[in-house]
Amino acid sequence: MDLTTFLIQCLNAFQYGLLLFLVASGLTLIFGIMGVINLAHGSFYMIGAYLAYALAPVVASAIGGGFFATLLVGVVLSVVFGYLLEWAFYSYLYERDHLQQVLMTYGLILVFEELRSLLVGDNVYSVEIPQVLAGSIPLSEVMTYPTYRLFVSAICLVLVGAMFWVFARTRLGMMIRAGASNREMVQSLGIDISFLYRVVFAAGFALAAFAGMVAAPVSTVYPGMGGEVLIICFVVVVIGGIGSIQGALVAALLIGFVDTFGKVLVPGAAGVMVYLAMALILLWKPDGLFKAG
Amino acid sequence: MAKSVEYLLEAEGIHAWYGSSHVLHGIDLRIARGQTVGLLGRNGMGKSTLIRTLLGHVTQRDGRISFFGEDCSHARPHQVARMGVAYVPEGRGVFPNLTVRENLIMAARPGRDGQNDWSYERVLDRFPRLTERLTNMGNQLSGGEQQMLSIGRALMTHPDLIILDEATEGLAPLIVTEIWNVIADIRESGIATLIVDRDFRRVLAHSDHALVLQKGLSELAGPAADVANDPALTGLLGV
Repeated sequence: MDLTTFLIQCLNAFQYGLLLFLVASGLTLIFGIMGVINLAHGSFYMIGAYLAYALAPVVASAIGGGFFATLLVGVVLSVVFGYLLEWAFYSYLYERDHLQQVLMTYGLILVFEELRSLLVGDNVYSVEIPQVLAGSIPLSEVMTYPTYRLFVSAICLVLVGAMFWVFARTRLGMMIRAGASNREMVQSLGIDISFLYRVVFAAGFALAAFAGMVAAPVSTVYPGMGGEVLIICFVVVVIGGIGSIQGALVAALLIGFVDTFGKVLVPGAAGVMVYLAMALILLWKPDGLFKAG
Repeated sequence: MAKSVEYLLEAEGIHAWYGSSHVLHGIDLRIARGQTVGLLGRNGMGKSTLIRTLLGHVTQRDGRISFFGEDCSHARPHQVARMGVAYVPEGRGVFPNLTVRENLIMAARPGRDGQNDWSYERVLDRFPRLTERLTNMGNQLSGGEQQMLSIGRALMTHPDLIILDEATEGLAPLIVTEIWNVIADIRESGIATLIVDRDFRRVLAHSDHALVLQKGLSELAGPAADVANDPALTGLLGV
């Protein structure tokens, strides 16, 4: 592998890892803070990708459109949808055991897949890369790297930074962390924990949907994409340490690199590399890299 | 709302259940503004349950609870807190995964009447030991420091009533005295308190009124001095 190829693979791995983090962070927060195992989290990613596909013509005819306008409308819709979903379904799951959580959230997967099939159909679609980002950046005389992928990495990095800032520096972040350790005390300090949960859930939903939206132009939009991402995200959450957002970031990047370089270096065993990595890490640290406090 | 607001807290006929076990059997409790009330009774007689019921944490409950004349019988815990009630729970309730500074500022809010005098700086002034520990996590503190943090955090919400459940439990005698000094200061500053503590003599010495629970019922109640001299007291407390 020459240096340019190596660099390209690194960029790909980085971008994939960051996208994974956006999905996995919501999954780990919803588990770490609300104690809910959300199997439908992959569906949120799928919903995002389909939103990017289905909203584009609507947004185009309504306000002149463009990819970024679609993205913005999609994010607003996801926050609203996530908020309603928590109110209608997830808020009933908090005090219940994991079996009931798994049953309901698995049921939601079926509902979302069926709705997707009814509303958009079962075909594979592609989403166009926006004009301004359609080009490539030359890396060497013969190799180039698509601008859109750099854009994805950049916007993910901005979101990761924003997320860590909210989490570490703002009072909202402190309340969320406090809620993860002592729910009753948070309430007795005058904080409406139901509302806090709803906000966290809506944010988790929106992050997953956003990841789906920005991934759509590079990965195409297809049935079953939610299930694939869900499994990988569980790997990320388990490696990172359930409930730990720092752990999720490290694990997502690690999986991004293992998966990308696995495909290049040992194409025959690419499918198992990620799980092999998980097994090795869990042998070394059974609770994951960062155990949530 | 013709109800008088002479009383900060009025609770009448409070019943509470944990599952099928009936823990409180109709307790009355009144706390006036600025008043200190001691809550006594042996272990398992319902003191913590009464507190958790008043705070809205026990949902299987019956009876009437009002704060400042406003009905809170069905209020949720955060609504009770926003009526000006702060809680220093048994076990202190310090967030282990937040720093001392974060434990304090996450709770800050002005009081019911907009009172804003317990600033972050003033709380640290009152508890200088916390100043040296600002960047430590909650679980890195000693028991006494955690207790000061828990009380400081309660003050940051500018309450009209602070409920202290076993505030001196498991602390060294010197620290216990310091905590009682803090409680006296709080009383001095005009904030009402409801105190549960094992040391009934100190509770009675620091209280205006007292209430002794036995098997979920209020067996003895009245001015602290009267309760202290009541011949039934030692029997009720098993001392």
